Amino acid sequence: MSTTTRPPRAPKTNRIGLAVVDYKGAKTTLCAGCGHNSISQRIIEAFFELGIAPWDVAKFSGIGCSSKAPAYFLGLSHGFNGVHGRAPALATGAILANHKLIGLVTSGDGDTASIGLGQYMHMLRRNVPLVYIIENNGVYGLTKGQFSATADIGSKLKNGTVNDLPPIDCCLVAIETGATFVARSFSGDKNQLKAVLEAAIAHRGLAVIDVISPCTTFNDHEGSTKSYAYVKQHDEPLHEVGFVPAFEEIEIEMEEGSVREVEMHDGSKLVLRKLDGDYDPTNKLEAIRTLHEAAGKGEVVTGVLYVNEHAPTLTDLLHLVDEPLATLPEAKVRPPKEALEAVIEELR
Amino acid sequence: MSVTELSPLAAGEDRLPKEIINDFSIQVATVNGSGSQTANLVLMRSIFQMGVPVSGKNLFPSNIQGLPTWFTIRASKQGYIGRKREVDLLVAMNPESAQEDIQSLHPGATLLYDAALKLPEIRRDVHAYAVPFDKLVAPVCPEVRLRKLVRNMIYVGVLAHLLGIDLEEIHKALFKQFGPRKKKAAELNWGAVQAGAQYAADNLEKTDPLRIERMDRTQGKIMIEGNAATALGAIFAGATVVTWYPITPSTSLVEAMMGYAKRLRTDPETGKSTCAILQAEDELAAIGMVVGAGWAGARAMTATSGPGISLMSEFVGLAYFTEVPAVIVNVERVGPSTGLPTRTQQGDILFTSALSHGDTQHPMLFPSRPEECFSMMSEAFDLAERYQTPVFVISDLDLGMNYWMSDPFEYPDKPIRRGKVLTAEDLDRLGGFARYRDVDGDGVCYRTLPGTPHPKAAYFTRGSGHDEEAKYSERPSDYMGIMDRLARKFENMKRDVPAPVVEYNEDASIGLICYGTSVYATEESRDQLKQEYGLETSHLRLRAYPFTQEVLDFIDRHARIYVVEQNRDGQMRLLMKMALNPERAAKLRSVCYYGGLPLDALTVTEAIVAQEGL
Ligand SMILES: Cc1ncc(C[n+]2csc(CCOP(=O)(O)OP(=O)(O)O)c2C)c(N)n1
Ligand code: SF4
Ligand SMILES: [Mg+2]
Repeated sequence: MSTTTRPPRAPKTNRIGLAVVDYKGAKTTLCAGCGHNSISQRIIEAFFELGIAPWDVAKFSGIGCSSKAPAYFLGLSHGFNGVHGRAPALATGAILANHKLIGLVTSGDGDTASIGLGQYMHMLRRNVPLVYIIENNGVYGLTKGQFSATADIGSKLKNGTVNDLPPIDCCLVAIETGATFVARSFSGDKNQLKAVLEAAIAHRGLAVIDVISPCTTFNDHEGSTKSYAYVKQHDEPLHEVGFVPAFEEIEIEMEEGSVREVEMHDGSKLVLRKLDGDYDPTNKLEAIRTLHEAAGKGEVVTGVLYVNEHAPTLTDLLHLVDEPLATLPEAKVRPPKEALEAVIEELR
Repeated sequence: MSVTELSPLAAGEDRLPKEIINDFSIQVATVNGSGSQTANLVLMRSIFQMGVPVSGKNLFPSNIQGLPTWFTIRASKQGYIGRKREVDLLVAMNPESAQEDIQSLHPGATLLYDAALKLPEIRRDVHAYAVPFDKLVAPVCPEVRLRKLVRNMIYVGVLAHLLGIDLEEIHKALFKQFGPRKKKAAELNWGAVQAGAQYAADNLEKTDPLRIERMDRTQGKIMIEGNAATALGAIFAGATVVTWYPITPSTSLVEAMMGYAKRLRTDPETGKSTCAILQAEDELAAIGMVVGAGWAGARAMTATSGPGISLMSEFVGLAYFTEVPAVIVNVERVGPSTGLPTRTQQGDILFTSALSHGDTQHPMLFPSRPEECFSMMSEAFDLAERYQTPVFVISDLDLGMNYWMSDPFEYPDKPIRRGKVLTAEDLDRLGGFARYRDVDGDGVCYRTLPGTPHPKAAYFTRGSGHDEEAKYSERPSDYMGIMDRLARKFENMKRDVPAPVVEYNEDASIGLICYGTSVYATEESRDQLKQEYGLETSHLRLRAYPFTQEVLDFIDRHARIYVVEQNRDGQMRLLMKMALNPERAAKLRSVCYYGGLPLDALTVTEAIVAQEGL
């Protein structure tokens, strides 16, 4: 990317002295070519490049091929593969227990948009500080290829069945409901996905990334709107996404007016190089309009749709002590004897 | 209407005991939403202040306004605080239910009724007093809008006079009930009490035998609802994450906790909270958050009731299989389905004991009184973290939502135990760990918390099959190894669950087993059986599942065992049958009540008398 002047090759170790292998997980058991594997790869790279200690990260997922993914990246991070559609609750609870954790969720389109839609919406409106990735393939991979709620009207299953129900757009829902960082990307677009991931990790509140992630086994054929070929053909990037972490003090050289910068709360920068138009990702209404227009044209808009670095998060609103609740000492969590005596006195 | 006209009992009065002192029940029948709760609590508290053991039960409908509701107060010099089936004194304020309520009175009972009620006929075999509530309330409460609420205080005044409750005590109880911030409202209500007392003094001639006299049996005691006691227990147990979804009768538990947390769990230095309380979108999310928080190291809990418990089953299975501590308070109400949502039952015992699909077993604690609601929260958290598993505290609507006389709570005497958690230093020393390896041979393995700064700290928690290292496995031996260890772990919990309370009677060949709020009727029934039928009994009150050795010993020492409980199917008896050998199981009989009202002693006595053929 020309907006940043990073060294051409990633160094062997990152700023905390770890190598890429320290960010890997177990060997994947997903199908060869599955989009979910590419996403795992980008997660590994993003955390490595940002130099985040894996033990500061907690991974969560529901059930599905996409929810198996956390086993295949960040093996040095704790992970919790829970129940179908309910990763938001697990992750919210863990963040309440320890708001210092960097929470990362991978979910599927079935997991998020069907069984888990309720939890998804409530996680959004609470702005739970998490990175929430939807590995969206338009089908239920793990139960062998039924349509999910994100399948487009007219999209065909392998056996010829045509979907005739409108899709739920997880990005639209996210923007409307309270997520403060919303992006759409494609598992096949390495650079964009990695940059989006890095910005999402730097974001203070809830970051939702809907990644179109083709299922090579059940939904990668002619007639599917979630196949590699279809998405490549209809991908309409809003901008070229770049990310400059706070620790990289780099001057961005650019032509006047050719990029938009969004300053993240930690001093890092989201750098959006303009393509055809000038897209403003801090404008909620523009984001919503853009998604509706793209859907009408059968296009897949990708990029950072919406960012708001200023909204309070769930943990801000709860006004909790700075230390993680999980490990507070007894003296902090059990009031003294006199406190009990005072309460009892009032009950006499 | 003069009283003598209505009380032909005067003639035959010598049949009746002259005075009944500190041993009768009062039932107040009103309309839901009419603000009678305050009046009833003032009445109850004043009897308590007179030193007389007392209990109060709110029998209310699932409704915000308009349906009939009853409040029963029982004064008992013997200290029986279970529900009494017969009503000795009825306060009839509700035109809807008055006719039926009055019909159900026993001859010789006392009736106080609103003179404005158009009663076709007043029973001539009860002591009846008419009070013109509307006339009395007008002068003391000029504001018309408030009269509906204030008029209830008039019966408090009338009863104070009739029963001989010291007006000073009423005054004290009333001002305590309203609290320092509602002084004006208290003054207004106090006016109504005085008007009632004055009316009674001027117009009513006492013919009934009921009296309250000072005793000293409530000295040092407190009055509290079970749910508030549980909330306080959780605050002192060091709960740090509380997630919930509103449902009667558990709502008031978390609402009480919010108040206590603000007061007791705000860090004095920073003004910030050490307890996160979050209203979830449903019970699926509430328990999911608890499991996530427990996994991350918090003392996490939720409180719910029947329908919520049903929804929680999938996550509870996950927590059981992945070995995550959690505390779930189930304040039981009447099921199945919506059932009788504002009535009490012990109907979730079997379902909870094995909540989730697959083979699961969950420990349950059964508080009977507010002291145990308080202390069992510490025990529940210690147990959950010691054994890394969900623990259920099973209360019920009767215990949770009613006010109880209670001893003051004792400050927890043991330090908080967080269980087997490895720190980064431990990992340095050990060089690593396997999450599901039974190193100590007690079935409980070591865990680490996310965020532990060590490259060897992480493990992957999954609800799917796993081996000792928490890696995915479908190997039969791995799966069975984990399941067998979980069973061993459950077995070992017997060492740490609260022991039953046992009272052996050397002359008894039958034993009664009860748990939770069934204890009140059971204890009273034992006295009835002895006094009226000469039947001696022993008694064991269960305080936990799994069942401990004391339970087996108790069964062995008796020919027949009656398990007293509040559900249709005898769920605890069935659970015991599963856990016992056939010889012991054959001794078990059931005494079941499932009408939704708190269990009363006569019901227990009659059932045992019938089965014993007495
Ligand atoms: C309560 C429940 N119902 C049904 C299932 C079966 N199930 C497993 S995965 C899945 C769908 C997964 O689809 P998606 O979230 O899109 O993930 P993908 O496999 O496509 O990545 C279903 C229905 C389940 N595990 N739990
Ligand atoms: S079935 Fe589809 S989603 Fe699942 S692993 Fe295979 S390619 Fe991926
Ligand atoms: Mg899918």
